[in-house]
Order: sequence, then C-alpha cells, then structure tokens
Amino acid sequence: MIQADLTIILPEIVLAVYAMAALLVAVYTTKDGLAPLLVWTTAGLMALLAIWIATNGDGTNVAFNGMFVDDGFARFSKVAILLSAAAILVMSQEYMARRDLLRFEFPLLVALAAVGMMMMVSAGDLMSLYMGLELQSLSLYVVAALRRDSAKSTEAGLKYFVLGALSSGLLLYGASLVYGFTGTTLFSGIIQTVQDGEISVGLLFGLVFLISGLAFKVSAVPFHMWTPDVYEGSPTPITAFFATAPKVAAMALFARVMHDAFGGVIKDWQQVIVLLSVLSMLLGAVAAIGQRDIKRLMAFSSIAHMGYALIGLAAGTELGIKAMLMYLAIYVTMNIGTFAFILMMERDGKPVTDIDALRQYSKREPGKALAVLILMFSLAGVPPMLGFFAKFGVWQAGVSAGLTGLVIASAIASVIGAFYYLRIVFYMYFGAENEDPIETHSSPVLWVALMGSAALMLVGVFYQFGIEGAAAAAAATLVN
Amino acid sequence: MDNILSIVTFIPAVAAGILALFLHGEDSAAQRNAKWVALVATTVTFLVSIGIYTGFDPSNTGFQMVEEGEWLLGLKYKMGVDGISVLFVLLTTFIMPLTILASWHVTDRVKEYMIAFLLLETLMLGVFMALDLVLFYLFFEAGLIPMFLIIGIWGGKERIYASFKFFLYTFLGSVLMLVAMVAMYADAGTTDIEALMSHHFSSEGFSVLGIYIVGGMQTLMFLAFFASFAVKMPMWPVHTWLPDAHVQAPTAGSVVLAAILLKMGGYGFLRFSLPMFPVGSAVMTDVVLWMSAIAVVYTSLVALVQEDMKKLIAYSSVAHMGFVTMGIFAANQQGIDGAIFQMLSHGFISAALFLCVGVIYDRMHTRDIEAYGGLVIRMPAYALVFMLFTMANVGLPGTSGFIGEFLTLMGTFQVNTWVTALAASGVIFSAAYALWLYRRVVFGDLIKESLKAMTDMSSRERLIFAPLIVMTILLGVYPSLVTDVIGNSTAALISNYDMALAAAEAATQSAASH
Repeated sequence: MIQADLTIILPEIVLAVYAMAALLVAVYTTKDGLAPLLVWTTAGLMALLAIWIATNGDGTNVAFNGMFVDDGFARFSKVAILLSAAAILVMSQEYMARRDLLRFEFPLLVALAAVGMMMMVSAGDLMSLYMGLELQSLSLYVVAALRRDSAKSTEAGLKYFVLGALSSGLLLYGASLVYGFTGTTLFSGIIQTVQDGEISVGLLFGLVFLISGLAFKVSAVPFHMWTPDVYEGSPTPITAFFATAPKVAAMALFARVMHDAFGGVIKDWQQVIVLLSVLSMLLGAVAAIGQRDIKRLMAFSSIAHMGYALIGLAAGTELGIKAMLMYLAIYVTMNIGTFAFILMMERDGKPVTDIDALRQYSKREPGKALAVLILMFSLAGVPPMLGFFAKFGVWQAGVSAGLTGLVIASAIASVIGAFYYLRIVFYMYFGAENEDPIETHSSPVLWVALMGSAALMLVGVFYQFGIEGAAAAAAATLVN
Repeated sequence: MDNILSIVTFIPAVAAGILALFLHGEDSAAQRNAKWVALVATTVTFLVSIGIYTGFDPSNTGFQMVEEGEWLLGLKYKMGVDGISVLFVLLTTFIMPLTILASWHVTDRVKEYMIAFLLLETLMLGVFMALDLVLFYLFFEAGLIPMFLIIGIWGGKERIYASFKFFLYTFLGSVLMLVAMVAMYADAGTTDIEALMSHHFSSEGFSVLGIYIVGGMQTLMFLAFFASFAVKMPMWPVHTWLPDAHVQAPTAGSVVLAAILLKMGGYGFLRFSLPMFPVGSAVMTDVVLWMSAIAVVYTSLVALVQEDMKKLIAYSSVAHMGFVTMGIFAANQQGIDGAIFQMLSHGFISAALFLCVGVIYDRMHTRDIEAYGGLVIRMPAYALVFMLFTMANVGLPGTSGFIGEFLTLMGTFQVNTWVTALAASGVIFSAAYALWLYRRVVFGDLIKESLKAMTDMSSRERLIFAPLIVMTILLGVYPSLVTDVIGNSTAALISNYDMALAAAEAATQSAASH
C-alpha cells in the first residue's frame, strides 16, 4: 500500500530529497562557491522531472487515501511549473553572480517552492492543499528578501510575509468552516455534500473565504496589493520567478478546488470569480498606465493576465479549463522572454528598470528590439502573435458559458491595456533620443530565452507542440 | 496552380523575411538593394495575381480557387475569392509596387521600412482572401502593427499622437468585433465564412438592461461588427483618427491607408454584415444611410476650410466613403455595384492625390496650401496630372469617380430620397473644395521666391502616375470591366439578403398570428 503511494509521489520525493541533500553538501563544503553548480543541477533535475512526468504519467492515480491526486491536470501543471522554474533559474545565474547575490540557498529554495507547488496542484484534500501552499509561500518569502542589505528587498519580503500570513489565515478559516459543515477535508467528500446543487450558508462562507485566500495567491484584485511592491522590491530574477511558476500553481490549485470540491455548485462560485476577473483585468489595465518602472508595470500586467485566465475558470466548463491552461502556458512563455529582456537592461553594470531608458533602443539593438516588440504585441493580445490565441480561447469559453458581459468587459480592458505595451514599443522605436542610453548585457542564456520566447509567439500560430491536445486532456480529467 | 492565393499572399512576406535575415548594413548599397527587393517582390506579386484574375470565372457566384487546411483551436486555414473580393486583391497588388516606387527617396531605416510595407501587403491580401472568421480577424488586426510603426517611425511631427490614436481607435472597434465573432462561433459551431453565410442567426427581439432590441442577436452582432468597420471605413463620427493618421504618415503610408486599408471596412460590410446579419442590417439601414449623408456633407464642409493639403484630401476620403456606405446599405444592384466601384475608383484616385501632394512635399517640405501658388508655370506636366485627378475626385463624367458616385446615388434614390438629395449636394461641395484647392496650388502668379526653382516631375514620378491615369480613365469610359466581374456575385448577395428578410418577416407574422 505505502509502496504504491510512494511510487505516485516519487517526483516530489526526488526533488525534496535532492534539495535537502544539496543543502547539507553545500553547508559542509564551500557554501556559496557551489552556487553556480547548484543552479544548473537544480534546473537540470527539474527539466528531467518534467520530462519524466510528461512521458510516464498515465491515468488518474490517488495516493494517501485521496490526499494526493496525480491526474492529467496535475501533470500538465507540474510540467509547466518545473520547466518555467528551471528556465528562470538558468536565466538568473549570471545576473546574480555578477551582482554578488548568488547564494547557494537560492536554487534550493526555488526547488523547495517547486515541491510545494507540485503538492498544491496535486492536492486532493484541504490539508495537503495547505501543506503545499505553505511550503511554497515560505520559500517565496525568503527569496523575496534575498538581497539582505537592500531596504526595498527586505521590505518586499516582509510585506509579502505579513500579507501572505493574512491570506493563509483567511484560507484556514475557510477550510475550517468547510470542514465543520461537511465533516470532511477530502475534496471527494466535500463534493458529495454539495452534489445536489444546494449549499448551506456556513459552507458558502467557507467557500468565499477559501476563494479569498486563493485569490491572494493568484494576485487577483482586490487581493493584489502586495504584487507591485513585491515585484519592484525583489531582485529581478526573483520577480521573474514570481511572475511565472507560482502563478501557474496557484491558478491550477484554484481550478482544482473549485471543480474537485465544489464542482456541484458552479453557480455559487462563478459569480465571485467573475467579479475577481473583471476587477483584475480593469485595474491591471488602468493602473499600469502610470507606471514608469518596468517591474511594477509587469506586476500590473500579471494582475490583468490573471484576470483573463480567470475567465476560463469562471466559465466552469471543460472548455474553460482547457482555455485557462493554454492561457497559463502561453503567459508563462511570454513572461520568460520579457523578463529575460528586463534582466539584460543595465547601465554601467547597474540594473535599470525605468522604461524611459529604452528610448531609441531599436537603433542600437534591432534584433532584441524586434523580439521585445513581438512580445509586447503578444502580451497585448494583438494577432498574429500567440497571445491573441490565448485570449481568443478564454473568450470562446466565456461566451459559450453565457458570460458575454464578462467577455465584453475584458475586450475593453484589453484595449486600455494595449496602451502601455504600445508605449514600450513607442520608446524603443520612435521615442526621442535619450542622452543616457542603456546598454543591454546579454549572456547566451538570456539571449536564447528572449529570442526563443519571441520566436515561439510566431511559430506557435502554426504549430503548438501538442500543448493544445495535452491541455484538452488535462481539462477532461478535472471536469467530468 | 492550386494554391495561387496563398502564393500571392505570402510572396511579400517571404521577401520581407529575406530582407530581415540576409540584408545587413545601412550604407547606400544596402539601401538600394532593399528597395529593389521590395520593388521586385511587389511587382512579381502583381504579375502572379493577374493569374487570379484570368482564372476567375465571373459567372460563378461562389468562392473560387478555395484552399483549405487544418489550423489550431479547431479553426481552419481557408482562402478563396469571389466576385466581391477578387478586384480588391488586384487593387492591392496593383497599388503596392507604386507605393514602393514612391518611397524611393527614403533614407532612414530603409530595410525596416520595406519590411513593414511588404508585411502590410501580405496582411492586406489575407484580409480579402480569408474565408475563416478568425483568419480574417488575424489579418485584419495584424495590419495595425506595421501601420502603427510606419506612422510612428517615418511620420511627421505629431506622429506619436497620430500613431497611438490610429492604433487604439481601430483596436477598440476590432475587439468588439472579435467578441461577436466568438459569439458566432459559439452559436454556429464553425468559423467557416461560407458556412456562416447560410447559418441563420436568431433575429428574435429581446431586452437587455430594459432596452428592447429589435432583431435581437443579429442586431447586436451587427453593431459589434459595425463598431469595427465603421472605424475602419471611416464613418462620421468616428472618422477623426483618419486626418491625423494621414497627415502624419509618410506619403506611401497615406497612399496605402487611403487606397487599400479604408476599403477593408466596406469589404467587411459586404462580406459579413449584409449576408450574415440581414435582419440586423435592415434594422440599422436608416441609421447608416443618414450617417453616410451627414458624412458626405459635413466632411466636405470641413474639407473646405483645411489649410493642410493632406488633411483636405483625408476629409474628402471620408466624404467619398460616405457614398460607399450609402450604396452598400441601399442593398440593391446599383447601390452595391456602385459602392464596390467607388471603392476601387477611390483606390486609384486618392492614391494619386496623395502622391500628387507627395511630389511637391518632397520638393518644398511643406503641405500648407498657403505656401504654394502658380505651380503651372514651372510644372506643366504636374499641373496636368493633378488636374486630371482633381476632376476625377470631383466625379467628372469620363473618369471613374463619376461612375461610382452616380451608381450609389441611383441605388440610394430607390430607398431613401432625402438621403440621396442631401448626399448629392455633397457632390457640389466636393467640386468646391477640390477645385479651390487646385486653384490655390496650381494657378495664380508664381510670386513666391522659394517656388521659382521647382522642377517638374521626374521620369520616376511620371512612371508612378501613368498606370493610375490609365486605370482612372479606363474605368471611367468602360465600367463594365468592373461590373461584369462583380455583377453576379452582388446579385447573389442581394437575392440572399432579400430572401432572408422575407423569411424573417414571414416568421414574425406567423408568430404574431398564433
């Protein structure tokens, strides 16, 4: 029995054991001297695990009496999480080494966060959900404050921690209410009690608190306050990490709780998700207009993008989950490319985040400017870039679920949002000349990440590497 | 050739790719090569596209030379032409080599400039050939990116304001259309334009937020498409982006904008609004007709007081597009034939007028009408060409401008006399502003010192105008060249439209009698 359970969670065990072993090795040997090596081995291991999960997984397996679920949906999310985390790790290595930020704990904390995220997307019980969530969050609090001597970085870490604790409290309160009114913490047990479409007031309260806690993790408005500050304060590679893997994990967890535990009362949570979605899209679009700092801008951009992804969840259908997964995969790819560029931006070796510094960048670096142009139009959802198809997918799901009002709101938000992506293009291509231009320090890894991600935005229109089929299969296992 | 449409569409894109990958450097040799590659590519595109014309069978009202393939998200890659679209394809391939020739003096970032125009050509051709909703949207919308860059990088002083206004205005219209497209997909289960034309969208009225909507779903979808096409057209009162974009764009950009991009709106009405939402169109016909009439009169009056030549021609474009929308929504043979004719003719005439402005702008670097006068003394050939196109713009019989205006007025007269009367007065205004412009620029004494050194048109400039002159006069004296090609397709469109309206009428009556 235990043997079978362990086989199912073997990827998580491997990663966790690796992280702990590597921690010991590093502590007892050269400490930070090992850091570059650890970055690469951690990234390599994550990529291997991703391939393993993608090729070996089969059907739906349940471990530990239903607390851990390994199905197509979890596998899709895990592959996305592991690959994006690995990509961010290799991208950050050089940046952090040059700024003397590379501690050996960094790759290991990312690995532990990844274990937490894998746990989250596989959770089949409120307790394993919380376990995964906290493992992830605690690792993230620490990496946010990685630059110990910077006031902004420590502020970011502390702010994230305090607000994160609040959201955990909300989530736990909701979980206890749910437990109290259903008598179980297992998703499969909760769904039994709501099967007939009726839900007691107490359980409804629990549901709303649960949603609030989860909305904090996906940084949906009105639980987004921490996002701009944490994005701005954290070192750029950490920001890049925040914008990718944890977002996938939190959205996937969100979808799992809603469908696995509350799949019988879609109408009850749909309206809450619709509200979160509309507010996120509109605030993300409007608030980013005033931003001059590209990291803050990307923070609001990610809030808006989570709003679009939430349309897929709000639809409450298989098509919606498929669209949401596609959206997340495309969003993560775009963000990896964009952050690769942000990591390159510097002046005299110091990182620059002011978008004003990009003036007439296209004259100096036409290739990179073109890649950023493609990414910006893709983020704005302008065809023929892949970002358009991501939006098209969630809109399609939204309209077929009868959420036309939500889709129209998101159409308007996407026009407002287009403005600030266009402004970056405008600075690069036809802004007035800047006396103090930025340089872009480009390592091969960053170059590959930027160009690859931009190329995918165009290639993806013709060929999607089987992502669509995988997303459809994953959605089918979650919604039934 | 089975896939001639794809070949024509993607020749320019391939040329753009070659330029992007293999051409390096900013020296004059590289610039010359970029120009020649672009010119050869666009000319080859035009020559190959003649194959579409010769292979086209006007008696067949369906789609021809259809290509079909699987694409992502259950969508299809489907291309084809019918009588309505085939001439727009030719117009595009015809105009593009001329715009490249007109840009021969560009020296700033030539490679990127040519790439932008080549990609724009691919996207414009795709719009006219796409037979899948989303494929259409992709081409339609993607065209904004090169145009945004063309205005923004190579434009005039206020280019930033103009480029943002252009992009956001059109983007807002388009996303609403996209929402409607998604709704159509959800309703019909397909994005195939051919299939959607025979799909019946519900026209039963219902209330939204307490407002009763006649024609229901169809009217809402019509409005969403209208938001996009009316901006693109552009129709009064959402035309304000056009003068800004035109004035700031480089000459070649203005030519493409006026000659081709504006036609996408009219094409969209004919491809989507009338055949797919007949009830919605019928509900909105009066509104559109009056908006068109107001556009014709109001923008003609605005054109009268302009001091900038390009702005004047831009407003005149809006007025001429008013005739187009009027003709389309008259929904009879003369009206729609006239609208298509007017679009094609305006493609030649407005392109030529913007090129005329370009000729003197290149010499004097100003577009102020005030700065000119008496050009006929130094530039007799230019005066002649400008005269011809001024007359064509006014609608002088014997030029193509006359046929389009006459047919649309005749078509509209059968539907709404008042609108026709109002619009006809616009013809007089157009004579006023066009002739006055001509008088102020070309006639009078040559008193300004700066103008005394002006040289007449070079042989390159003459070469650009020659085909436009031929087409304007040819279509003016032999309009059957166009009407024979489009006639059967428009007749089929109109009979389907009338049948759908009659069916909807019968359905409401039977519902009322029960």
